[in-house]
Amino acid sequence: MDRRSFLGRAIFALGGVIAAVTTLPIAGYLLAPLFRRGNELVDVGAVDGFRTGETKLVDFDDPSPLPWAGQTAKTALWVRRTGADAFTVFDVNCTHLGCPVLWQPEAKLFLCPCHGGVYNSDGTVAGGPPPRPLHRREWVIRGGRLLVREAPLPRSGGA
Amino acid sequence: MRVLRPLWDWIESRFELDGTVGEVVRHPVPRELARRVGWFYVFGSVTLTLFVVQVVTGVGLAMTYVPAPNSAYDSLVFITNGAAFGSFVRGLHFWGASAMVVFALIHMTQVFLFGAQKFPREANWMSGSLLLVMTLAMAFTGQLLRWDQDAFWAVVVAAQQAARAPVVGDLLATIVIAGQNVGGATLTRFYATHVFLIPAVIYLLIALHVYLVLRRGISDPPKPDHVVDPASERGRYASALARGIPFYPLPLFRDAAASTAAVLLVAVLALVVGPPRLGAPPDPTVVVADPRPDWMFIAYFALLALIPRGLEVPVIVGLPLAAFAFLFLLPLVRPYGYRHWSRRPLAIGAVAGGVIAYAALTFAGYAAPWAPYIPGPDAALPSDVTAGLSATQARGAKLFQTSGCWSCHRVEGSGGRRGPDLTHVASRLERDRIVARILTGGGGAMPAYAGTLSPEDVGALTEFLLTRR
Repeated sequence: MDRRSFLGRAIFALGGVIAAVTTLPIAGYLLAPLFRRGNELVDVGAVDGFRTGETKLVDFDDPSPLPWAGQTAKTALWVRRTGADAFTVFDVNCTHLGCPVLWQPEAKLFLCPCHGGVYNSDGTVAGGPPPRPLHRREWVIRGGRLLVREAPLPRSGGA
Repeated sequence: MRVLRPLWDWIESRFELDGTVGEVVRHPVPRELARRVGWFYVFGSVTLTLFVVQVVTGVGLAMTYVPAPNSAYDSLVFITNGAAFGSFVRGLHFWGASAMVVFALIHMTQVFLFGAQKFPREANWMSGSLLLVMTLAMAFTGQLLRWDQDAFWAVVVAAQQAARAPVVGDLLATIVIAGQNVGGATLTRFYATHVFLIPAVIYLLIALHVYLVLRRGISDPPKPDHVVDPASERGRYASALARGIPFYPLPLFRDAAASTAAVLLVAVLALVVGPPRLGAPPDPTVVVADPRPDWMFIAYFALLALIPRGLEVPVIVGLPLAAFAFLFLLPLVRPYGYRHWSRRPLAIGAVAGGVIAYAALTFAGYAAPWAPYIPGPDAALPSDVTAGLSATQARGAKLFQTSGCWSCHRVEGSGGRRGPDLTHVASRLERDRIVARILTGGGGAMPAYAGTLSPEDVGALTEFLLTRR
């Protein structure tokens, strides 16, 4: 390799060094928070606060929110007490595109305002575009409190 | 003026503007542009001017806007109601964005119908189609920065749409909301994307686009018999340009006049109509929401409701990609051949079809017949519907209101539009058919009520519906 073509290649190599030094930390800085997975059990209220047969909207705070998250640290859930120690916990997000479904107690249906998805009381699809039933949450009772498992914003692809 | 002469000479000797900027301003354009057809050539400059308006008003808004989820809404309330000229600046930014989308589309339509995207200007078109995508990305991210209920749920919907992509869906959704849920990290990323990232791409693309326009030259208005032949087109254009006129003053004046009209229109809309209404503050725990995107995305919102089940992934993920690929590669499909619209029926059909489909979907999106009617606590059926009912019929009317029927069916102009209007249902259906439909549902949308309503309830509801003749 002569001096001229060496210098030509060196220019590209040096450019690569500058790009790597700047972009790799930035890529890590931006991507790392994306893989922080919350999987804790969070308290959504006393078991006695739920009447059997009633479907109630509850919310909980992200256990480790950013200080400036404000209201967006909250997540809402539909909780139905089905027995003394039995609950069904639904995500509020429609499985079509994530809009919040609204429980109609008399009609015993969940209605979605965006594209008209309708779910039966057990979360199965009664009509409209949703591709699958409402997502359910894992729950446990501990010391008279109802705890619900954190989960990612329900995604249409996976469970 | 004579005193300024030495100063100008010094500037010219040091900056050499006459050979650079002067050259651009005086560059020759086809002489036909001196005629009235020249007015068709203003839309690119109008779009560029509107982009400058967006940069200026956007910088102004960023001086006050706080891109933190717990403060963004309050800062917007302050900009709208408290800051001097704040409402007007927000209005300029919104209507400027709307006008930018509209004029970019008009510009593309004009270029396409004049056949100007053909050889040798394919790259002009391709860089322009990227600019359109970036403009729409600005419109979408800008709407999210409004950070009210609609914006919050639009973020959720965007994440769910991204999640539909095969294989990489969940990763894309995680990138959109910057984590596993919408939260403290989401808004700052959208903000940085809207004010730094996309604008940087737009600056580069504008530089490329304008460079290409200057290097390839403004295309001349097509004559019906003009056939682009790559072997001779450059020579033909060069000899046409040799008889051309300078860009300054007439064509540039027209650009300035049209741009002024567009900016004044934006200012009038900002004053008279004002900025988009701020919805309720964003709150994931308030599920009584009715999220709607801004007007440019209403057609897509409607499409998402209307696609048949099973075609969702192809439409949600495939259609935008296919539409962009089609637009981007369009000039490469037929870089030669007739330029004049009268010889390109397919081109006219494509434009007309696109406009009609977009308008029809926008209309459907605003009417949203699929969206359920959610009655408020004091809502009641019209009094002439409930007048003179027997006790059983009245109980049926009550069930109609409370059991969800009303959410999808209209009676005398009140109720949802998802299912058939039941104002005269008894004149179409007999008792048995009505009972069967209530029990089993149907039509792909109606739930079966057999497990929800008791036989007495179904009987009462049927008695009420039989009064609807």
